[in-house]
Amino acid sequence: MAFNSSDPASGGPTSGPGAGPATGRTPLRATADNALKIVVVGGFGVGKTTLVGSVSEIRPLNTEEVMTKAGEGVDPAGAWGKRSTTVAFDFGRITLSASQVLYLFGAPGQERFWFLWDRLFSGALGAVVLVDTRRLEDSWYAIDRLEHHGTPFIVARNNFGEPTHTLDQIREALDLAAEVPLVDCDARDRESGKRVLIELVRHLTALAEAAAPLAAAPLAGAAAPLAGVAVTAEAEAPVTPEYEESTP
Amino acid sequence: MSGRPVLPGRDDDPDRLYTITRGRSRSPENAFDLVTLIVAERRPVPGMQSEHARILRMCEAPTAVVELAAELALPISVVKILLGDLLESGAVTARHPRFAPTKARLPDLDTLKQVLHGLQQL
Repeated sequence: MAFNSSDPASGGPTSGPGAGPATGRTPLRATADNALKIVVVGGFGVGKTTLVGSVSEIRPLNTEEVMTKAGEGVDPAGAWGKRSTTVAFDFGRITLSASQVLYLFGAPGQERFWFLWDRLFSGALGAVVLVDTRRLEDSWYAIDRLEHHGTPFIVARNNFGEPTHTLDQIREALDLAAEVPLVDCDARDRESGKRVLIELVRHLTALAEAAAPLAAAPLAGAAAPLAGVAVTAEAEAPVTPEYEESTP
Repeated sequence: MSGRPVLPGRDDDPDRLYTITRGRSRSPENAFDLVTLIVAERRPVPGMQSEHARILRMCEAPTAVVELAAELALPISVVKILLGDLLESGAVTARHPRFAPTKARLPDLDTLKQVLHGLQQL
């Protein structure tokens, strides 16, 4: 067997039931059936991995995706070859309940990564932009791209020591809209990391609540419609009773 | 560009990836999300491709695609190709993320409430 099991007693393909390879992995609960994503974006060395690691229940892992420059899958023979490039990222996870697990991704903010954003992070609940006041310009691009992708986000300043700038100064330097939360954090500290994530989820909740009345508006509109709209709708709807489904 | 860090145990040799995927480069893109949870429905059998066997072992408990990729030290798209084989043969099942961003850009309030509760319990 090619598998390097660290458990010499359970060698061979017919090892006992439940004898998984002891690789130090912490498996999810058997009932886990829905995974969610939050992405931490930031420049090199800003503390993304530290933040992910401080709240993750597993040691942060690293993985990568291949991107072909000529377009995905166009050239099967060349796709794994020289014309492809890879982007690496870290992740950790938090078990939220018996069924829900949250994956946290630490993503580099550099330009080439955004080619893969949709493929990797579509469906993310939201993002945290982690900034370092010494290199604020590193986060301009990330903020711009998140706005472009319509991914809701908050900004967290990783504050290692005595702050030399106020949050207001940072907001101004980042040209950050007033409704985007900006918080201080210490990425090394678990409680601080937790607070950042909670802040993001609260922001998402506020956005979702603000959007909810809009979503409900068409229903309300049906009861008290704008006259012109209602007339148009009636005129366009063919009155064809024979199409009606019978409901026994 | 500082280039990506050298990662121990990772082997991006194109020939190796070509061999593992038997020349395929297009993954079933829509079949798996990064955080789709994979569950093994069978045990590995002798003669099975070693990567397939390793996936089945890891997926005795639900395991996210991204965790498989990290443990196997293979790119995500290569793992998706391998998972496509296993899904097709019924050796694994997939638990997809329920939040579909194409339908609504913002997650629903129920989901957010559960996430908030989970985080506060940490």
